[in-house]
Amino acid sequence: MNRTASQVHGWLLLLPAAVLLAAFTHYPAVATLWHSFFSTPKPARPAAFIGLENYRTLFDDPVFWQSLSNNFWFALGTIPVSIGLALLMAVWVNGKLRGRAFLRLAFFTPTVLPMIAVANIWLFFYTPQYGLLEQITGAFGLPNHNWLGSQSTALGCLMVVAVWKEAGFFMIFYLAALQSVSPTLYEAARIEGAGPWTMFRRITFPLLMPTTLFVLVNAMINSFRLVDHIVVMTRGGPDNATSLLLYYIYEVGFKFWDSSYAAALTMVLLLILAAAAVVQFGFLERRIHYR
Amino acid sequence: MTRTLETAGAWLLGLLWILPLAYAFWAAFHPSEFSTHFALTAPLTLGNFETAWNAAPFARYFVNTMAMVTMILAAQLVLCTLAAYAFARYEFPGRDIAFALVLVQLMVMPDVLIVENYSTMSRLGILDSTLAIGLPYMASAFGVFLMRQTFKQVPRELDDAARVEGASALQVLWKVYVPLAVPTYIAYSLVSISFHWNNFLWPIIVTNTVNARPLTVGLQVFSSTDQGIDWSVVCAATLMTSAPLLVAFLLFQRQFVQSFMRAGIR
Repeated sequence: MNRTASQVHGWLLLLPAAVLLAAFTHYPAVATLWHSFFSTPKPARPAAFIGLENYRTLFDDPVFWQSLSNNFWFALGTIPVSIGLALLMAVWVNGKLRGRAFLRLAFFTPTVLPMIAVANIWLFFYTPQYGLLEQITGAFGLPNHNWLGSQSTALGCLMVVAVWKEAGFFMIFYLAALQSVSPTLYEAARIEGAGPWTMFRRITFPLLMPTTLFVLVNAMINSFRLVDHIVVMTRGGPDNATSLLLYYIYEVGFKFWDSSYAAALTMVLLLILAAAAVVQFGFLERRIHYR
Repeated sequence: MTRTLETAGAWLLGLLWILPLAYAFWAAFHPSEFSTHFALTAPLTLGNFETAWNAAPFARYFVNTMAMVTMILAAQLVLCTLAAYAFARYEFPGRDIAFALVLVQLMVMPDVLIVENYSTMSRLGILDSTLAIGLPYMASAFGVFLMRQTFKQVPRELDDAARVEGASALQVLWKVYVPLAVPTYIAYSLVSISFHWNNFLWPIIVTNTVNARPLTVGLQVFSSTDQGIDWSVVCAATLMTSAPLLVAFLLFQRQFVQSFMRAGIR
């Protein structure tokens, strides 16, 4: 086959995927930026160029800032806990514990269930007065508390659901990595008289570093991407206490139908994801040096 | 001693993790007066499932979800295979830039670009259709990446041998590469099916009638009624909609876990 034909074939094979990717990933990303400089078109008034007006609105919008800070706390609260638990689960399931088949099942099941479905179950747990959590705290003689209805606890409740849903997913990556660690390393360490904790700290943990970084980036993306449970459990309330950035975009874009302001908000989200990409890229670079 | 403590800790966490699902089973199979009241003598019933099934056109939602999941997966397999083959075995100008542009989607997923994608669907005139739910996901960067990795491991000699025998590029792909990548296809399919079966935000945005609505959106009927939620019915509906995935998961647990592992290693 000659060179030109091969080049044409290459592009032809790529073409269908490239067209769809361009239409639904690259074009919308660029169009978001473009539309964020215009006003939202109304039946009587077409879109007009307004420069940075949307960004000025955004800057003065307390709900935006609240969503951003909620999202920040949400990420900060869920990522370390779910990664820590995932690592713990993986070490347990990988070991010789009794009933580890059941444990693996228990840890992983939340991952395959729809978020929207499990949110319903959790919603009941948090229900005031007769919910499960209330019954437990009630049994200890603690006063009634509206877990999802009060600003101080609502976001925390959603964080618990997210950790529960994601830890098992991240466990899988750790499990895969653990199974590739050579047993001779542990044997050598045992001969040197190292205890289990030392072995974990000196062998397992460093070798799992690339996995940890990979999981970290994924966890970060997920904390800005997954808002299904908010739609079911709180709808951003009470008083925007649980509104995350993407949920706010959804509200602005599809409840208030202010598409150009939603575009400006989306730009903020894209910037955050770009930052995650930079982290990932740096990490990939370093990983190549490892080998 | 530490061993016992560890086992106890692991089991405690395991039981805690399975608790929400265990509760859902309890509530779904017992009359609603037992949804907050636990007694061994509680009678079993399927009435909650009946009520849930009749509360919304679930048969239609099941059909919609299956159609959507199948359509997305079929398109993904074809498109990603072709693109991955190009990236793995062809030299063409702009290949590396094109690959980098594909990888952008790993970060900027369609889930985030809801506003613009909605207006695209509206301009295409396909709002409220299965196609509209599927289109943004069909060219999957993750799929391309995964299959490219697999194809790169296929020995060049096999490729060359087939070409010497006069096979065309597509024949080589079909006869040599695809059969060798079956484990990757299985892994990718499981991940894709469970992702799209569970997807919610984009489908709720782009559908507004029963015509294309998937199960996840249909399920919302239950949580949005503010007064008098019957938790037993909610649990029954929840189990019903996740049942196919849950059963598949229990049957093929090992494959599931291995698939996710394989799909995760990049």
